Amino acid sequence: MRRNRITTAIAVSAVAALSLAACGGNNDNSSGNSGGGASTAKAEFNAAVGKVYNPSDKKGGTLRMAITEDWDSTDPGDTYYGLSWNFVRNYARSLVVFKSGPGAEGTKVVPDLAETLGVPSDNAKTWTYKLRKGIKYEDGTPVTSKDVKYAVARSLDKATLPNGPTYFNDFLLDVPKGYSVYKDKSLSGVAKAIETPDDQTIVFHLNKPFAGFDYFAQLPATAPVPQAKDTGSKYREHPLSTGPYKFDSYTIGKQLTLGRNTNYDPATDPDSGRKALPDKITVQYNVNGSDIDNRLQAGDLDIDIAGTGVQPETQAKILANPQLKAHADSAAAARLWFTVLNSDVKPLDNIHCRKAVLYAADHEGYQRAYGGSVGGDIATNLMPPLVAGAQKFDDYGFETAKTGDLDKAKSELQQCGMPNGFSTNISYRADRSKEKATAESLQQSLKRVGINLTTKPYPTGDYTKLYAGKPDFAKANNLGLIVYGWGADWPDGFGFLSQIVDSRTIRATGGNTNLGIKIPAVDQMIDQALQTTDQAAREKIWVDIDKKVMSEAAVLPGIWAKGLLYRPDTLTNVFVNDGFNMYDYTAVGVQK
Amino acid sequence: MTETVQDTVSRVERGEAFLDVRDLKVHFPTDDGIVKSVDGLSFKLERGKTLGIVGESGSGKSVTSLSIMGLHQPGTADITGQVFLDGQDLISASREEVRLLRGKRMAMIFQDPLSAMHPFYTVGHQIIEAYRVHNKVSKQVARTHAIEMLDRVGIPQPDRRVDAYPHQFSGGMRQRAMIAMALSCDPDLLIADEPTTALDVTVQAQILDLIRDLQREFNSAVIIITHDLGVVAELADDIQVMYAGRAIEYGTAEGIFDRPQHPYTWGLLGSMPRIDRERSERLIPIKGTPPSLINVPEGCAFNPRCNYAHLNNGASETELPELLNIGDGHLVACHLSPEQRKQAWENDIKPNL
Amino acid sequence: MFAYLVRRVIGAVVLLFIVTAVVFSIFFLVPRIGGASADDLASRYVGKSAGAEQIHEVAVKLGFTDPIYVQYGRFVKGLFVGQDYNYGPATEKCPAPCFGYSFVTQQPVWPDLVDRIPVTLSLALGAAVIWLVAGVGTGVISALKRGSVVDRSFMSVALAGVSLPIFFTGLLSLSIFSYKLGWTAQGGTNPMDASNPLEWAYDLILPWTTLAFLYAAAYARLTRAGMLETMNEDYVRTARAKGLPERNVVVQHGLRSALTPILTIFGLDLGLLLGGAILTETTFSLPGIGQYAVISLRANDLPKVLGVTLVAAFFIVMANLVVDLLYAVVDPRVRIQ
Repeated sequence: MRRNRITTAIAVSAVAALSLAACGGNNDNSSGNSGGGASTAKAEFNAAVGKVYNPSDKKGGTLRMAITEDWDSTDPGDTYYGLSWNFVRNYARSLVVFKSGPGAEGTKVVPDLAETLGVPSDNAKTWTYKLRKGIKYEDGTPVTSKDVKYAVARSLDKATLPNGPTYFNDFLLDVPKGYSVYKDKSLSGVAKAIETPDDQTIVFHLNKPFAGFDYFAQLPATAPVPQAKDTGSKYREHPLSTGPYKFDSYTIGKQLTLGRNTNYDPATDPDSGRKALPDKITVQYNVNGSDIDNRLQAGDLDIDIAGTGVQPETQAKILANPQLKAHADSAAAARLWFTVLNSDVKPLDNIHCRKAVLYAADHEGYQRAYGGSVGGDIATNLMPPLVAGAQKFDDYGFETAKTGDLDKAKSELQQCGMPNGFSTNISYRADRSKEKATAESLQQSLKRVGINLTTKPYPTGDYTKLYAGKPDFAKANNLGLIVYGWGADWPDGFGFLSQIVDSRTIRATGGNTNLGIKIPAVDQMIDQALQTTDQAAREKIWVDIDKKVMSEAAVLPGIWAKGLLYRPDTLTNVFVNDGFNMYDYTAVGVQK
Repeated sequence: MTETVQDTVSRVERGEAFLDVRDLKVHFPTDDGIVKSVDGLSFKLERGKTLGIVGESGSGKSVTSLSIMGLHQPGTADITGQVFLDGQDLISASREEVRLLRGKRMAMIFQDPLSAMHPFYTVGHQIIEAYRVHNKVSKQVARTHAIEMLDRVGIPQPDRRVDAYPHQFSGGMRQRAMIAMALSCDPDLLIADEPTTALDVTVQAQILDLIRDLQREFNSAVIIITHDLGVVAELADDIQVMYAGRAIEYGTAEGIFDRPQHPYTWGLLGSMPRIDRERSERLIPIKGTPPSLINVPEGCAFNPRCNYAHLNNGASETELPELLNIGDGHLVACHLSPEQRKQAWENDIKPNL
Repeated sequence: MFAYLVRRVIGAVVLLFIVTAVVFSIFFLVPRIGGASADDLASRYVGKSAGAEQIHEVAVKLGFTDPIYVQYGRFVKGLFVGQDYNYGPATEKCPAPCFGYSFVTQQPVWPDLVDRIPVTLSLALGAAVIWLVAGVGTGVISALKRGSVVDRSFMSVALAGVSLPIFFTGLLSLSIFSYKLGWTAQGGTNPMDASNPLEWAYDLILPWTTLAFLYAAAYARLTRAGMLETMNEDYVRTARAKGLPERNVVVQHGLRSALTPILTIFGLDLGLLLGGAILTETTFSLPGIGQYAVISLRANDLPKVLGVTLVAAFFIVMANLVVDLLYAVVDPRVRIQ
């Protein structure tokens, strides 16, 4: 009997030793593992945040990228993922584009296909762009404004191309319902919305003023598509490139390989900051997440294209190991993790009860639910600091009383007639452990003043469609607090706030991103901001909207998110682009 | 392989019988103690003769035969003593040497032919396998031989039955097939371990006849092991009664049945249900149970169950009785004096049988 | 015998249809119980900000607004006759067997399956050979040397193999052998891209051994138990009594009998594995059926789910059938006369 136990113990410890060896000893391998030349830059934490790390102009090599799943589509007119908008710039040039530059440079929109930014007229209801000359597709044919018109028109067909954003559907003038270019080959349906007086000019007509139209013009949907070569839902297999790279091979769900587009002329692209350093770019799909992290550390992979950060267990390992930490970058995102206070559910229809929640909540607890300061900074208002024109303000004293202000909370409870607290439900997305931790943290912190929460998890896939995002369901199930998160489509006030605070976006049928904020004054201010063409003035309106929502205690902001990215030594010219909150995929290069 | 008469004579003169077991001891070390399955057994057997070994379960009879065949797993048993088969000591021989003798010079048939034959192979295959281990012949030749053997043991349509599986035979036919397999290489010694216990009574007789016929034909020595006295009455020339790992009585069949000497033998005879007698009140069982072979009772192993133990002035409890010749080659191991035994036999036992 | 086969095959076909019908029902009926409409279902396959009309268009395009039996009929028809798919500018024909088009990628499902089956086959069959040899081998040795140090070590390692989850051993092996030592291929390498059989084997050697370790451990224990039982059988004693060499006794008499239940389990294990070695493929990022199952389930992509389910069910049903037939071949007592 004894011998049996001993041999078992030996076997088990052998396995344990092996795993420790594998986990612990990555140090010697990570630096200078692949790549012959010694990098002149010294690796340190956040070296690529706000500045370029290891700047280089050397061309060559293959940039190897991988992702744990896939993104919606490689068709520029059919994609909504942030990483896709970042990556697509390699093979698609839109009218204007986010600059490839470090830090705040990346939040600026600069001309790409167009010579200048858009020219507004008619009170920002009409926008005109002039295309540069000499831009060709990968097959050598020239790009015309008609192709841009066609590209935007085809992206309106949500039956064939369902994934992309609907800004053009919502704002273009007189577009018929259910419009499809495949049923309307002459494009008569968008004749009023988009005009192309000549091959270099394109004019957009909107149904209401919108001062920030350049943000629409940077959408990949404006990347030109020749009508004759459009293959509808199959176009994603090989979109015709206008950028520095083109599709060499693509097996959906497995691997994408981009090679150089010899018909791309850098002389036609002076403003964007694209560097096109690697000769080839490969993306591998459906790769195990832990495997990705291991490969990054071993130097067998260059970038995790998802750009949201390493797996939680890798994060802990990186932070604990100075060698690894020197290769990490903490990228701030234009993303807020927050909890909506649903005024449809009593007693949260009373502002004082809502304020009580804001005062009683433990903000450090909220931050801890996301992994502490690595997960993000405590948010005191809605708009993350990255958003253009955002201002931080702390009307409720989240930073001075990080674990909550129970006295103020109790006094608010008195004022709303619930001196001993009240009960309600808090919903969260079931398979998101951080949201679960958030709900539990709030449960504990609010209990201190007698507010009793019952946690209600719902499936992530249908969270907004069928559950928390469906007003009747939320009300019927007493969902007073709804845990959620939101990342801006682009870092300006409209891109961040419009979808989550505009009450007119709330649909009874569900699928809402606005989970219960209904403030008429806010809606009015939004309309005004849409019309204000002066950027500074517009930005101030968004700040006021932020202040108003906070003063109505409609939302409990949690944290402004951060992702921990890993930067292998194989990368050159790498930096975090604040427009996309991840490494810039058109500027980065590899060591040979 | 047959011996010449001269060889036999010289062997007998050397004092060795064809099968000569001398002081065989088989002990099994276990966590609970040493199990003394066979504790000092000696007997002789000549070719053409049949020895019946009789005893209860646990008396050591099967262990004895397995020891002769060398079928105990190495390391499980401590075997001492000598077993001479035609002059060669099997105990001190190497395992490989003994293996080569198995099947060829000594063979064994077992109690349950259904479990003793492999269910996945045809009967023919198993006989062929037995034959080709010891004879370098082609499959065709071996197959012909197998069919011959099946014919000899009385299985009808042997050329068809050779491709049948064991489960497709009836009990009796199966045992015949097993016998065919055992005898396929013409062994000189056949050990039959309870060959008829699993069979119907009517079939029993046929099998026993078969064994006797084959013995005569091959001139083999046969050991028949059983707990059934009726079987040895039919077949055996000599009978050895075993108890608790030792022989306690040995004699000719006639001698054992007409003049049994040991109280245990009396008990065996008395507990036999017999159809040719008056139905008496009840059978006469032997009181008590077989002893533990780890803690064999002191003195005569049978003493706790013996009705006459008190007549020995305590010798039964302290002294081990020797196996002594009381005349005519009849041996018995008992402390009772011959007169006491005769008296007990005449007065107590015989009238009640 | 022939009639038996025919009956089994018909039964298998019926079962496959039932399986697809069940998957269909789960996909469509369960949300309905929760109060979801066709448009609610369609909202899974659109972008973040799609409006109600857009969602409805997608619902119509994907066929959700048709009654369930119509949709199921379309699916079945596609299997036997094929389907037409409107991809925008034109319509293309999807030839039989057509498993439909993915709700998410709008790509036909059948070519994906055809592409991925060889990967899973390579993984499963290669690992199977290794685990059979290693598992049965160590099991036999353990049984013969029962109680010895060899036996105890083998069984301890086997215990570890059975207890350690494959994503642990897989990731560990990748980390050590592929990245630190550089001996084996990286995760995500597609073995069917290999230009020669040697490269194919090199790509698979780590997933093979990791998967085989798990099963070999189980089979070692099974074989050991089986051997201990059969080596005590009477017919083994008879075989020795015939004078057979010990090796023949062990292999032809002992192992032969011990193998039959193992063969049965092997058939079932292999069938299940052919339907997708989900954990292994996910850990090593192998583009096989198992990974496809994960992708399709995560995305609620019904056509892909149906495709994977059918493939998996097909292999499992086949494996069961083969095992039943094999049993009759191997054990004559079971044969129908």
